Amino acid sequence: MSPQHHGTTAPQHHGTLPPDDAIIHVSDLVKKFGSFVANDHLTFDVKRGEIFGFLGANGAGKTTAIRILCGLSYPTSGELLVAGYNVYTQREKIKKNIGYMSQKFSLYDDLTVFENIRFYAAIYGLSKKEIYHRAGNLMKKLELEEARNKLIREIPLGWKQKLAFSVAIIHDPKIVFLDEPTGGVDPITRRQFWDMIYEAARSGITVFVTTHYMDEAEYCDRVCIMVDGRIAALDTPMDLRETFHAKTMNDVFLKLARAKTPEGI
Amino acid sequence: MRTILYIIQKEFIQVFRNKRMLPIIFFVPIVQLLILVNAATFEMKQINMAIVDLDLSSSSRQLTSKFQGSPFYRIINSSFSYKKALSLMQKGDVDVIMQIPSGFEKNLVKEKNSQVQLMVNAINGAAAGLINAYSTSIILDFNREILIEWLNPAEMGEIRRIVTETSYWYNPKLNYTTYMVPGILVLLVTIIGLLLSGMNIVREKEMGTIEQINVTPIRKIEFIAGKLIPFWIIALFELAFGLVLGKLLFNIPIEGSLWLIFLSASVYLFVILGFGLLISTMTNTQQQSMLISFFFMVIFILMSGLFTSIESMPLWAQRVDLVNPLAYFIKIMRMVLLKGSSFADISHLFYALVIYAVVIISLAIWRYRKVA
Repeated sequence: MSPQHHGTTAPQHHGTLPPDDAIIHVSDLVKKFGSFVANDHLTFDVKRGEIFGFLGANGAGKTTAIRILCGLSYPTSGELLVAGYNVYTQREKIKKNIGYMSQKFSLYDDLTVFENIRFYAAIYGLSKKEIYHRAGNLMKKLELEEARNKLIREIPLGWKQKLAFSVAIIHDPKIVFLDEPTGGVDPITRRQFWDMIYEAARSGITVFVTTHYMDEAEYCDRVCIMVDGRIAALDTPMDLRETFHAKTMNDVFLKLARAKTPEGI
Repeated sequence: MRTILYIIQKEFIQVFRNKRMLPIIFFVPIVQLLILVNAATFEMKQINMAIVDLDLSSSSRQLTSKFQGSPFYRIINSSFSYKKALSLMQKGDVDVIMQIPSGFEKNLVKEKNSQVQLMVNAINGAAAGLINAYSTSIILDFNREILIEWLNPAEMGEIRRIVTETSYWYNPKLNYTTYMVPGILVLLVTIIGLLLSGMNIVREKEMGTIEQINVTPIRKIEFIAGKLIPFWIIALFELAFGLVLGKLLFNIPIEGSLWLIFLSASVYLFVILGFGLLISTMTNTQQQSMLISFFFMVIFILMSGLFTSIESMPLWAQRVDLVNPLAYFIKIMRMVLLKGSSFADISHLFYALVIYAVVIISLAIWRYRKVA
């Protein structure tokens, strides 16, 4: 209820050595755009195989952080390891081991379903045989076989997003980053989308997902709530609800957002 | 290497799936060749003339009829009023006025000296110069005729004349299309190449697909090569298509080696496409990219030597032209097509293009940022 609770949820790892089961290690990440601080001393670890939720209002700094972790943007300072590689010096090695799907929809509108799969699979260096094999499986799983030769712009948004997710993990990455993957889709498709996320997690892929849908936070193993560029809380959904005496994650979030910028975080 | 092939495949699919692209690739060259080659000419085929003959003598009529007989002149007005003729020039109906003063013949006979006045509309300086030269040569011709007519044969023997025989090399009939087509062909591949490549990477930025590319382990050089090669093939095809059209429609001479043409074109296109991709990496919207491409294209074209000769530009402009890729390639095209120049003749231009290509593509690769 009161601000001092925040201290108990503050991140623990301030040292340089990440724990053994951490696949992402972030320590003191700062990102500034001019005088605006988008990420203000973030410190957290993501454990191998978990679904890690990154929550926050628009402009809280979620996308900035995810772009830095994916090697799309330079951090201002801080220590970052992704899949065991240094974000400053081993960017290209990181890229071999991660998948990424952004809120800005990123399949080619003027290519067909199959052409998109083939193109991205090829860029990740899969062999021709592998490309056809995985493309076939993928379309079967998504029941997109009929739409194989349809242009992306002709298929519904929900399908597009499921396809984009599948393409993002076509090379079996260690981690997949999802930046507001379910924006703008209906609840049923969202549910199906989360089934796909679970399936990916079960197959051993670590999932790092940002969202501003609070109900989706319940699906995550651990949740990190961002307020104004800072980490306001980080724990399992159950523990967060308990700590903040809230019934839902939505209540947790509202309490944190209203208590904006208390001291001691 | 495999990655490049898949990017090329993707680019080709996208270009040819775009329903507006095919007409552009086939239609634009035909229109450009037909319109530009026929329109961009400095030849004066029809000069509109007004004659103010205040003498009305047989000599003045003889002079008038010389102009009437010329295929280049059309006399649209003869009057006694200089004012009338001037108002026609004001309206733009008349390019040149010739005024023959009264007493023209009398002076010619008595004093062996007489004058006519030519007034040329010089809004277009180059055209005015030509009209002046044409008209003067007709008047001189008239002068020579009356000399022969009036002088007695005894005196004739005294006249010594130097006769100039002119022969025009490489373009014996001074055919303007022959001169223009090679340059227009350069224009054609340049416009297609620069626009296609200039709009390309920036389009991926607009659609957001560039992010998806940038999180992959793709190498920068692979990406740029994959982007460049499809347009390179299209533009080379475009050049071949244009050459065939030029041969069929205008029967342009192809004196030199076609291999040399295409070898130079290959390098030249790397420069142009590299330039386009560089613009593309530096802009954020297709609109910006278009505007910047046009800015450079207009300057490059106007200074390319296509319409005006580079040698007559001021020295600073000639120095600026050192970085104008069009100037090099137009020179090469004219030399090889019209003169039949060999590689040794154009090697200095060729190597300049090679250096240019290396620099500009390196810049494009360097400027393409996977990380913002």
